[in-house]
Amino acid sequence: MKKVLALVLVLVLTAALFAGCDKGPETVKIGLITPKTGDLAVYGIAVENAVILAVDKINADGGIDGKDIELIVYDNKADATESINVFNRLVDNDKIVALVGPVISSTSLAVAPLAEAAGIPMISPTATNLAVTPDYEYVFRACYTDPYQGAMVAKFANENLMATKAAILYNAGDDYSSGLATAFEGTFTGEVVAKEGYTADDVDFRSLLTSIKELGAEVVFVPDYYNTIGLIATQAREVGLEAVLLGGDGWDAVQSEYGDVTEGYFFANHYSTTDESPLVQGFITDYNAAYGETPNALAALGYDGILVMAAAIDAADSLEGADILAALKGTDMDAVTGHITFDANGDTEKSVSIIKITNGDLVLETKISK
Amino acid sequence: MSYFIQQIVYGLSAGSIYALIALGYTMVYGIVKLINFAHGEVLMMGAYFTIFGIISFNIPIILALPISMVLCALLGMFIDRVAYKPLRNAPRISALITALGVSMFLSNFFKLLFGAEKRKMPDFPALKGGYVFGDVTIPYKAILTLVLTLVCLITLQIIVRKTKVGRAMRAVSEDKQAAQLMGVNVDLTISITFAIGSALAAVGGVLYAINYSQIFPTMGTLTGLKAFVAAVLGGIGILPGAMFGGFLIGIVENLTKGYGAGGWSNAVVFGILIIVLLVKPEGIFGKNTREKV
Repeated sequence: MKKVLALVLVLVLTAALFAGCDKGPETVKIGLITPKTGDLAVYGIAVENAVILAVDKINADGGIDGKDIELIVYDNKADATESINVFNRLVDNDKIVALVGPVISSTSLAVAPLAEAAGIPMISPTATNLAVTPDYEYVFRACYTDPYQGAMVAKFANENLMATKAAILYNAGDDYSSGLATAFEGTFTGEVVAKEGYTADDVDFRSLLTSIKELGAEVVFVPDYYNTIGLIATQAREVGLEAVLLGGDGWDAVQSEYGDVTEGYFFANHYSTTDESPLVQGFITDYNAAYGETPNALAALGYDGILVMAAAIDAADSLEGADILAALKGTDMDAVTGHITFDANGDTEKSVSIIKITNGDLVLETKISK
Repeated sequence: MSYFIQQIVYGLSAGSIYALIALGYTMVYGIVKLINFAHGEVLMMGAYFTIFGIISFNIPIILALPISMVLCALLGMFIDRVAYKPLRNAPRISALITALGVSMFLSNFFKLLFGAEKRKMPDFPALKGGYVFGDVTIPYKAILTLVLTLVCLITLQIIVRKTKVGRAMRAVSEDKQAAQLMGVNVDLTISITFAIGSALAAVGGVLYAINYSQIFPTMGTLTGLKAFVAAVLGGIGILPGAMFGGFLIGIVENLTKGYGAGGWSNAVVFGILIIVLLVKPEGIFGKNTREKV
């Protein structure tokens, strides 16, 4: 009798063991790693907001093959070590099938080899550093790279502004700034009359700007972040420099405090709020309704990042890393920040929006592509 | 030539700020033989107090500046009382390390209070533009900076040379014990020295904010270090030396930038420090005194 009971128990328990299996997972788990606290939180929160907006939209439309996306968000404090910790937690505990993020280049560089080893397809919405993708098959990005951006600004200076003499002023201690400066120098067809470096702590640019004025540059390429641009533009007006200043996506938000001194200057960005495409305007309306503010470029890239990943999972009809990877490689879609296809590295070479600062507003001047 | 003169003008205006801070370094060193590394942070606090006075309480800058000077003077005395006075008879290295600690504490404390981001100084329409002489423009900001700096230096010289407090300061700097025996209140004199030095740093902070239109919690660190180089260059402990050193550093820095070596300007400034320490450690104005071992 006891033996029979034991046998029955074993059978019941074995059956119970298989019970969970035949249904398969009910949701598609996607991880998001983004800085929500610390100095760069403003970037991370914009991306998170946009990703949540996109996930809600996809789920409301029926999800991926009938399954809802379950988004799992971790804060990496913009720190490389912390990013590795949360990535491991996402893979080991949460069992994600794909990753969106990390947001900052240095943290993406830390996570990329782990995603490759774990076979988790990863798309960083915003890491522009060149080294993030080339060595890793599973790693993609939704933004264009620093060198591409610098080259497109140079093309704009050549073809739209017809500039023949350019000066370059860049932060010599910053990879982003010097990467853009080198790319601009390589693509600009006119004469580069001066290429001057400064350090991150510099606050006095009057001497540098006077020397650029003396050399007769028509455009000055200054790839740096908006606070430094505010400082440089203020002093450029002070020394009476008449050349037009040009910059990259680090200028975003410069108009809020320095609109008067940057009037008439141009910079490259990932998208423009004055772009009339219905895709862009729809995104801006939805974002505004959800969060009560106009989305910045990082939000737009975050939105595109999750949409590209969701579309790939949908096309793959599978939750296996290798299948999603194959689908990602075939991506060919219109998104908020432009038309997205991937090259062999997993980089996208979409059009660059050139923005003109006009009366304190950011106005789309033109779109430049290769 | 006009290009060169233009660069000198910018150099003098940048140098004024270094000179004002260098004076504080030199005064404190002269009297307690302490390099007060927290001095750059006093400059930062002076700038914050002024800007908050202007933005939050709507007081004109003519009033905000003296209020900020008084606040910084009190803070300077407070820092001395809390951090340096208990170590007055300790080895000099202990006080030096404490000074570094105070400096880091203050900049991080302000980061915590106001955030790390750079804040924009309100615009002063009256200071836009400048006098134009041919190809040379002398900005009103530069004139204000120079005049204010010279007024501070002359006032300081009068205080040190002509008043009773100044005589006490000179006495304490020559021989602390003897001064005490002669009835000089040493602690009070040291406090006054910190107060004056800090008030000068507050002026430096405001001029910095006017010239460069941004303030942030770590603004005092590099500026303070360069001012320290200026103080050493002029001869630490010597007031006109600090002034001269400040102007010289400002000019050298701007000439480096103006003649195509912008990335090297910091390296040149600190290179000067190394050369001075190797060749003439007592500074340009310094007398050669043998250190007792």
